[in-house]
Amino acid sequence: MKPIDPIRVQKIIDSFLHKEVYIHLETTTGAYTSHHNQNSMTIVAFVRNAKITFSQGKIKGTGPYRVGLKTEEGWVYAEGLTDYTVDEQNRLLMAGHDRDGKLAIALQISETPFS
Amino acid sequence: MEERLLVILPHPDDESFGAAGLIALKRKANVPVTYACCTLGEMGRSMGKPLIANRETLKDIRKKELEQVAKILNINDLRMLGYRDKTLEFEDEEKLADHFEQIIREVKPTLLVTFYPGYAVHPDHNACGEAVIRAVKRLKREERPTVYCIAFSNDRFEHIGEPDVEIDISEVADIKIQALKAHRSQTYSIVEKIEEGGKDLPQFQQFFHKETFWIYPFDDEK
Ligand SMILES: [Zn+2]
Repeated sequence: MKPIDPIRVQKIIDSFLHKEVYIHLETTTGAYTSHHNQNSMTIVAFVRNAKITFSQGKIKGTGPYRVGLKTEEGWVYAEGLTDYTVDEQNRLLMAGHDRDGKLAIALQISETPFS
Repeated sequence: MEERLLVILPHPDDESFGAAGLIALKRKANVPVTYACCTLGEMGRSMGKPLIANRETLKDIRKKELEQVAKILNINDLRMLGYRDKTLEFEDEEKLADHFEQIIREVKPTLLVTFYPGYAVHPDHNACGEAVIRAVKRLKREERPTVYCIAFSNDRFEHIGEPDVEIDISEVADIKIQALKAHRSQTYSIVEKIEEGGKDLPQFQQFFHKETFWIYPFDDEK
């Protein structure tokens, strides 16, 4: 992964417009958060392989970035994205990493289901 | 009866943190060790520093790390069971126990290591331990291995007391360090600390000098 270049990422997002795509959306504080600090909550959510079509998609912000995808009946939203890559299967993988390289959020778009 | 160790844990690296010393000691004594690792830790948060993994590549990276660790610990039989990280507790409990039962009946361990259900913090740890206990309960008393449980929840002492077993692992501490290091994608920050202060820092005393386990108390054996 490399730091997000918003102009390039915008072009890649556009390449998925109006197509049926699979989404992996995830956020996590880490499973041990409340074990290490009883005042914080462990929060984890992920959706893998939700099938959507979006008619508009944008990357916004000055970094970390926000991405919003407008779908037929709703929205997909992620905030805190710092890095991206397009892998050999042409999937757009975006993630937000903290200073220690730990993933805090991920938004991934693919034309084929994630394994 | 021939001694045989079976380790059933959910994530690659659970074995290195919790039982690498015990495994290394058993292998030194020529006891066969089977390690059944339920998931590949593919939902792990650590991606390396600098980033070496992403959500989609982490699975293969951790699989390779696990295979490397199996070599370091000289594990005879490594099995990757193919469950998905974070989802164990949502599997059918009976089916998960069936899977473990089948492995236990085949391996016929005299000693089994897993997590203490309810006292192992991560939901996968607790679900794994629970299903292992469920599987062992199905065996006749005389067929059951001794079950060593790993517990590390903050409330463990008040509920299950002090550990029943304390093993001095000093003579294999270097092997444990090597194993932890080999899980590089997940352990880089700990490895950094170990390398700065050496393994004699107070917080690592426990880590590299002893391992502790609770023997699971089966109700019908009391
Ligand atoms: Zn674990």
